[in-house]
Formats: sequence, C-alpha cells, structure tokens
Amino acid sequence: MSLILDGVTRKVASETHIDDVSLTLEPGSFNVLLGRTLAGKTSLMRLMAGLDQPTRGRILMQGEDVTGKGVRQRNVAMVYQQFINYPHQSVFDNIASPLKLARVAKSEIQRRVHEIAELLHIEGLLDRQPLELSGGQQQRTAMARALVKDADLVLFDEPLVNLDYKLREEFREELSALFARRDCIAVYATTEPAEALALGGNTAILHEGRLVQHGPTATVFRQPASLTAAEMFSEPPINVLEGRIRDGEVSFDDEVHFPLDEALAALDEGSYRFGVRPAHLAMQPRADDDLALDVKVELAEISGSETFLHVGNERMSLVAHLPGVHSFRVDEPITLYVPVHRLFVFDMDGKTLHVPPEAGDGGVRPPLPSSQQAPPASGEER
Amino acid sequence: MTDSTPSSPDQVRKRAEKEAARRRRQGRSTGRRFRRGFLMLAYIVFVLLPIYWLVNMSLQTNSEILGELTLWPQSLTLANYAKIFTDPSWYMGYVNSITYVLMNMAISMSVALPAAYAFSRYRFIGDKHLFFWLLTNMMAPPAVFLLPYFQLYYTVGLFDTHIAVALAHCLFNIPLAVWILEGFMSSVPKEIDETAFIDGYSFPRFFVQVFIPMIRSGIGVTLFFLFMFSWVELLLARTLTSTEAQPIASVMTRTSTASGIDWGTLAAAGVLTIVPGIVVVFFVRHHIAKGFALGRT
Repeated sequence: MSLILDGVTRKVASETHIDDVSLTLEPGSFNVLLGRTLAGKTSLMRLMAGLDQPTRGRILMQGEDVTGKGVRQRNVAMVYQQFINYPHQSVFDNIASPLKLARVAKSEIQRRVHEIAELLHIEGLLDRQPLELSGGQQQRTAMARALVKDADLVLFDEPLVNLDYKLREEFREELSALFARRDCIAVYATTEPAEALALGGNTAILHEGRLVQHGPTATVFRQPASLTAAEMFSEPPINVLEGRIRDGEVSFDDEVHFPLDEALAALDEGSYRFGVRPAHLAMQPRADDDLALDVKVELAEISGSETFLHVGNERMSLVAHLPGVHSFRVDEPITLYVPVHRLFVFDMDGKTLHVPPEAGDGGVRPPLPSSQQAPPASGEER
Repeated sequence: MTDSTPSSPDQVRKRAEKEAARRRRQGRSTGRRFRRGFLMLAYIVFVLLPIYWLVNMSLQTNSEILGELTLWPQSLTLANYAKIFTDPSWYMGYVNSITYVLMNMAISMSVALPAAYAFSRYRFIGDKHLFFWLLTNMMAPPAVFLLPYFQLYYTVGLFDTHIAVALAHCLFNIPLAVWILEGFMSSVPKEIDETAFIDGYSFPRFFVQVFIPMIRSGIGVTLFFLFMFSWVELLLARTLTSTEAQPIASVMTRTSTASGIDWGTLAAAGVLTIVPGIVVVFFVRHHIAKGFALGRT
C-alpha cells in the first residue's frame, strides 16, 4: 500500500492552501509532517483522507487513482487534535463503530475491540461514556477507533497537542510500538521538531503550503536541503549570519573573520548565509579555531536544566542553547564561540551549499520544542 | 435606658446621635420592606389573580358567577368540565388544536433539521442572506399574511383542514426552528461529522445515530417553542378554519347561547387551554435550562 501525491494543489477562494506538493509515502512507513501553524499540514491530510479534493494534481493509492473519491471509498482513519468521539455511545461502541459499519461478525468485533483496547490500556473503560474519561483516555479511545479498522492510511493531526507532556511522551513511545507491527502508512502532523525526531521514520517539512524537504527524519535533520528546512526543523530556529567569502576568508563583518578550511574551499567568492545551530554556540572555546563573537545579552530563558540565551549586537541576533543554568544580566557583554566546522552554508536564496560533517560528541542534540519540556533523552537514536 | 446615665455633655450628644441613626435605619428598612411588599402585591393582583379567578369561575355555577362576589366557590361543581369532555363541539376544539400543533411540529422539524444542518455546515451563495430572510419572516405579525393565506388555501381547497393551519404556522415556526437548531448544530464540532464518514457512516445513518443524539437538548427546546407558538396563535388558525378544524380558542369565542354567555364553561375551557402548556413546560424544563446553555443564545 503506497500513497502518491502528484502535483497536488488546493485553492480555497483565491488562497492557495497547498501548492504543488508531490510526495510518495512508502508502504508501512511512519511519516511525520512537520511545519508551523498554517503550514498546510491539516490541509494536506484532508486531501490524503479524501475529506477535501485537490484543485489540481492526482492522488494515487496503491497505483490506483483515487483523486475524485470521497472519504468513504478510501480505507483511511484519522485522529484529530480535539478528542473526537461519539459522546452518546460507550467506549466499546465507539471503537467498534467502524467494524460494525463494515459488517464484521459480532465475535470478531468483540475480539478486535478488546485487543486494541488492551494495546492502548483502556480495556477497563469499555463500558464508560467518552465524556466521563480524562483527556488522555478520550484520545486513546479515538486512536483505538482509528487503529481497529486496519486502515491503509492512518492520519494523526497533532493528536498529542491537547495532552500534558508526560502523557505525550508515553503516547509517543506507544505509537512507535503500535506501528512497528503494521503495514499501513501512518502520517503524523506536528509543529514540534523534537516530536518528529522522537518519532523517527520519515519527515516531510511543509512551509506555507509547499513541501520543503522529505526524507528519513535523521537525514532531513542533519542535511537540510534549504535554509527554510533548517529553520523549520530546529527549535529554537537555526541562527543565520550573513557573511562574505573573499580572499580565502569568511567574514561576517570587518572584524570577525576566519580562513576558509578545506570543507568550504570549494565555495566561490561572494555573499552567503551561514547557519549555526543554537546548541553549537558555546560560552567557552571548544576548538582552537572557534570564532569569538562579542555580543550583548538580550534575554536569558532558563528552563530547569538549560538556558536559552538571546544575544545580539548591531549586526546580528542569535540564540544560544546552553546546557545548565546560567544567569545573565541584560546588556551584559559576553563572548560566544562559534565552531567554524559546524557551520551550514546557504546561498542567498536559501539553498544549502554545505552541510557540516557529523560531530562525534553528539552535537546534534534534539532541540527542545518549548521551555517547559524536558528533553526526550533517547530522541536521537529513535 | 437601663444602663448608666451619661456623665458628660459629650457623651449625651454621642448617645443621642446613635439613637437617631438607629431610628433612621429602622425607618428606611420599613419603607423598603413596604415597597417590596407593595410590588409583590401588585404583581399578584394584576397578573396572578386573574388566573386564580379563571380557576375559581370554572368551578362555579353560572348563577353564582353572576350573583354576588365570591372569593372561592360556594357550591363547588365540576359540571363545567364535564360539559367540555362530553360535548363534541367543545372537546373537538382541543383535538383540532392539538392535531394541527402536532402536524406543524412534525413538518417544521423535518424541514428545519436538514436546513439548519446546511446553514451550520456548508457555505453556499447567499447563505447569510437566506438565513436573515428566514428570520424576517418572524418579525411581521401573522395578520399581515392573513389575506393571501386565506385566499390561496381557499382556492386550492385547503380551507378548514388541519393541514392548512399547520402549514400556515410553518411561516414563523420553521425560521424559529432553523435558528435555534443552527446554534446547537454549530456547537457540535465538524470533526465529528468527518470522523463518522471516515468510519463509514452513510449520511442518513450518521444524522440519525450520531448527530441527532448530540443535539437532543436543542431539539427539545425547539419542540417546546414550536408547540408554544403554534398553540397560542389564534388569528391564522381561526381564519383558515370554520367548523371541521376549529381550534379551541375559536370555539371559546362562540359561547353565547340563548340564555346568555356560559361563563362557567368558558372558564373551564380556559383552564384546560392553559394545562397543555404547563404540562409541556414541566417535561422540558430541565432540557430548556441545559439546552440554552449548550446552544448559542
């Protein structure tokens, strides 16, 4: 079962919600749609489900053109951000409803509902009404209903946004386990880079209705195809410094410059954008050729065990993601060190020209989505 | 004053002031109490007393009603009620009224449910204008529409049938129902509909099995209002009927007999006309409170 979107465009009135997206989702794959609010994640999912029809382009499921087909003709399931259940049916009936409508035998329904309820830890709640349950349990019910019918395509539209973070972590782990044994295509929309990294699989980055990059999550993270992809897949967003290459040197302004190393030697002279991940900035030099930047503190966000330091000077403004708690005074002058071997280089249109090689010390820590969240410790490996 | 006599002029003055203040306070609260009582009394006399009077008269004989003033029935009688329940020309009035009210409720509901769903779920050309136009139908007094309805229904042979009144009452009841139901339907997230279609519900099945249970309160409130407006509307109902489908309110205006007006029976009929309303309110009172809170009001 594969899903192919071929040049899909959707316009509503004069607004383009989805702009010429071509995407191939492999059978049995777990796909994350990453993008900010209004990036078109939900719109794209609705097109995949058949709830909306594309203005242009084709949608193929397993080689068959399903473009004009409604949602009932496609074997899909969907879980929404809101907890959507039928409030006047018991949890059991909620989960069983797709099976009942598909005229599955009663004993089979019993077996499958109990099986899926057990997987999602709601087997004790089957006789209850959805509105009597907690948010997490309601969303489990909705997920059970989506998973029970063995759909070819299961869509999750930010299903964990309305849950507290402890539940989210729990869910995330379970999700990976749930899909490991299935051969359906799962699509999971999220705004959080950390969630994408934690879920693994493939990631497609959407921005303003366009597909920015699609590929295995780790690859997309490490080798962004463009500045937009790098910015989307990083929280806080990757820092961008405008600079020039001239006479074998990179210079950000008249004072800060460093010689081209062999990795950057291939670049012509001219203007470029250099990207550095917030986590790669440090207060102390870690290598001899680290570049020192004199900046002033604008704001220090402290979240438990780490510090997000917003700094700047007349020409640039940066965010550094520092481990540990540091306190700074506003306008305090400090020196930040930029590891020159970890710089991304983009041309002025945002196309990636150079990706730094993998760092041995796990420098690509998964970025944190928001200040109140603890880091998913094993995010990288998955 | 049992406590010690004041010893200094200063103390005397203080005590006097205190005493004066106490009197003023007391005077004010008496005045307030009197005003409140007066308002209550006025309300009872002007609004509730007539209802008691109606019940009182319905239990009296005509001679007692026309005789001296009595505050409660001297010779209690149920003859007036007995007459209404045995005389077809009386009780058929109730049957007719209830018949066209129920017909109207059924028609209005079956039209308003899909219409409200369309207004709540779809955007189509002129939807807002249409919705507004529907509401304006409620703003004109029914008397405005009397002549065209009478002429048209008379011509097509609907005159003096229950369905004629039921249809005419749709004029204001359908907009009302659409308006109330639309609010309730819009409070149900659209994702419920989509989830149902994803699960494989057909539209009719979804509507009956999932959607209608979710807006039960709204339907209850709507039915109450449909009943109320159709039950109390007199002008259209009386004009569009003569004998076969005459509403009770119309029957009540024809009580003059050779021996004068039959006051007792008229009062009994009045009481019986209030009763269905009370019964309906009794059954839906919880729904109404809940319903108003849930829907958009």
